[in-house]
Amino acid sequence: MSHAEEQSFFHKYMWSTDHKMIGMQYLFTGMAMALIGGFMAYVFRMQLAFPNIAVPGFGQVSPGQYNALVTNHGSIMIFWVAMPVLIAAFGNYLIPLMIGADDMVFPRLNRLSYQIFLLSALVLIASFFVEGGAFGGAWTAYPPLSAKSQYSLTPLGATLWITAVALEFVAFLIGGINFVTTAMNARAPGMKMFDVPLVVWMIVIASIMFMASVGPLIAGAFMLIFDQTVGTGFFDPDKGGDPVLWQHLFWFFGHPEVYVVLLPACGIVAEIITVFSRKKMFGYKTVLYTTFATGILSFFVWAHHQFISGIDPRMANVFTVTTVLISVPIAEMMFVYIATLYGGQITLSVPMLWALAFIGEFLLGGVTGLFLGASGADIYFHDTYFVLAHFHYTFVPIAIIAVFAGLTYWFPKMFGRHMSEKLGKLHFWGTIIPFNMIFIPLFILGAAGQHRRIYSYEHFPELATPALQDLRVLATMSLVVMLSCQIIFLYNFFSSTTGGKKASRNPWKANTLEWTAESPPPHGNFPTLPSVYRGPYEYSVPGREEDYWPQDQPAETR
Amino acid sequence: MKPVATSRSVTGIPTGRLAVWWVVASEIVIFGGLLGSYIMHRLGHPEFGDYASHTNTAAGAFNTLVLLSSSLSVVLAHHAAENKDGKKAFRYLWLTILGGLTFLLVKSHEWSTEISHGYTITTNAFWSFYYTAAGLHGLHVIGGMVIMAIISFEARKGRNLQRVELIGLYWHFVDLVWIFLFPLLYIAK
Repeated sequence: MSHAEEQSFFHKYMWSTDHKMIGMQYLFTGMAMALIGGFMAYVFRMQLAFPNIAVPGFGQVSPGQYNALVTNHGSIMIFWVAMPVLIAAFGNYLIPLMIGADDMVFPRLNRLSYQIFLLSALVLIASFFVEGGAFGGAWTAYPPLSAKSQYSLTPLGATLWITAVALEFVAFLIGGINFVTTAMNARAPGMKMFDVPLVVWMIVIASIMFMASVGPLIAGAFMLIFDQTVGTGFFDPDKGGDPVLWQHLFWFFGHPEVYVVLLPACGIVAEIITVFSRKKMFGYKTVLYTTFATGILSFFVWAHHQFISGIDPRMANVFTVTTVLISVPIAEMMFVYIATLYGGQITLSVPMLWALAFIGEFLLGGVTGLFLGASGADIYFHDTYFVLAHFHYTFVPIAIIAVFAGLTYWFPKMFGRHMSEKLGKLHFWGTIIPFNMIFIPLFILGAAGQHRRIYSYEHFPELATPALQDLRVLATMSLVVMLSCQIIFLYNFFSSTTGGKKASRNPWKANTLEWTAESPPPHGNFPTLPSVYRGPYEYSVPGREEDYWPQDQPAETR
Repeated sequence: MKPVATSRSVTGIPTGRLAVWWVVASEIVIFGGLLGSYIMHRLGHPEFGDYASHTNTAAGAFNTLVLLSSSLSVVLAHHAAENKDGKKAFRYLWLTILGGLTFLLVKSHEWSTEISHGYTITTNAFWSFYYTAAGLHGLHVIGGMVIMAIISFEARKGRNLQRVELIGLYWHFVDLVWIFLFPLLYIAK
């Protein structure tokens, strides 16, 4: 496959159908949205630590603005950072390379999916500037707050928000078709199902789970838009509707969604820990089967978000059982990862540091979920900062730690150069230490009864004690440190694209097919499309001189 | 210029067909969610049966016949395409599109009658669902017709005949959704 060498700037960078360019488009859009989402967190945390004092770089935070900030922080981080970076950026970039193909099977559909995604981001950003301001009804958008403008006070913002979300869903449905069909049909000759690298499996399974879960919420989005604009009453009891219907539609998607983003993160970690411990995955099939189990179970736990919304307590019992059960396959996956590391020849490179941090921090997040999954305990914990700290201990490993792991690992392939190891380690510690110092105080505050989505605790005497306020200040200051340290990453990332040490094809001595292509790969990826002779994790195979065995090397006679 | 990847077929299923099945699967979840919500509402609100009595069952039945026939004509189009007869496929595809157009015309007559009698999308929850579900379905009919027209012109020139089957698959799905809508909105009174 060849293209004319002379591609205009527009064609090469803005109208490309090349999966690598589209992956980069998703990556940079996601990174830009992360800066916006991170800034929002800075503003609302400053308000919490120093109530009613103008925030530097923003000004006074009104209660309505506080609500809009937390709403859009959450929405942006999940829909416009985690999903595009973990699934669309890594998926687009890696899948064709790792299965030995020259592109996705539907390149023009791929381009369309990015364009719809970009539109969704622009619609969301537009909502910040309309009259009434951005939507402030939380990322969960429960009606009647989200449906009626006399409650939300953001008639335009609310409709723009739900429209942006619906467009994002469409973009990922379209993108998902490409990932699934490409992985199913375009594999290199010899690459059987169990020779596919785990990160590819994970992104494909995540796409399938997304497709299977988002439908009811798309229907719900139409219903919400009509309630907001036309005056229907799908969620209005006065008109024969039911607000709890929205909750079910939202969470039937919302829960599988967290596993949709978890799976690619686990996949990235799998690739890194095998390479940097020079060991095969301890149980490839185990990881795969636990992933299937997690995926299927994830469709049966959603009402644990609704334990105190008035659902039948007997239903709550059922969902407690399934919720506690789902921790088993995920824990199993983590144990397989730890067993993979055990006895390995460990190199603590920057990607490996991030991968190890993922395992440790995610386990902490996971065990705190058990308290919330038990419906009795959740009566107390629901809507407190305990919930918030739990999901940040899971989401930050997913959307930040695993992403840095993947970016530092595949950077040499993407840009043909190395990032600075020194700056990488500085950035790592400057992120991980403050991260824990933000959210451990929030666990304590949650256990003390601090409720979510409150712009100031000045008027809650039991929560306005000096000790608790000190914890808020500690969390906020740690956030400021963590955000500042991201400058190290941005500098390292961008300066290395042009000034980093040149990278060879396979600097990490890894087995998977992307490392056989040039760094960076040309259009079409492989001058000769590879064939595959073995699985992806044949490291330290006894009897061989080299401690790795690339998938595309024909078996030698020994 | 298609990449090599597009013509590979490790599973043995042509890639286009695989893709359409995935599209259909995700659409089933969307309509499933909408219709599931409707059914839950209906079970909790027996008076929906009274509201539904004002839908035009005869028009609904006629439209069911129209869509089923159009599914037949698209199968005949596929058969023609299999025999490499692009011109015949073109004719049968346009017969299908005609079926879709008839469906939409009957529906607009229904809706204008219902609206003029005061049954609008905001009248009550039943009518909200009625217009939303049938409306979403109608949008999919229109979309299908547009894509079918594009494919028909290529097919008439003998190009990309494999796509006739694919739009046929999608059309069968649109037909199937209607087969669910018809009893739920028209027959159950």
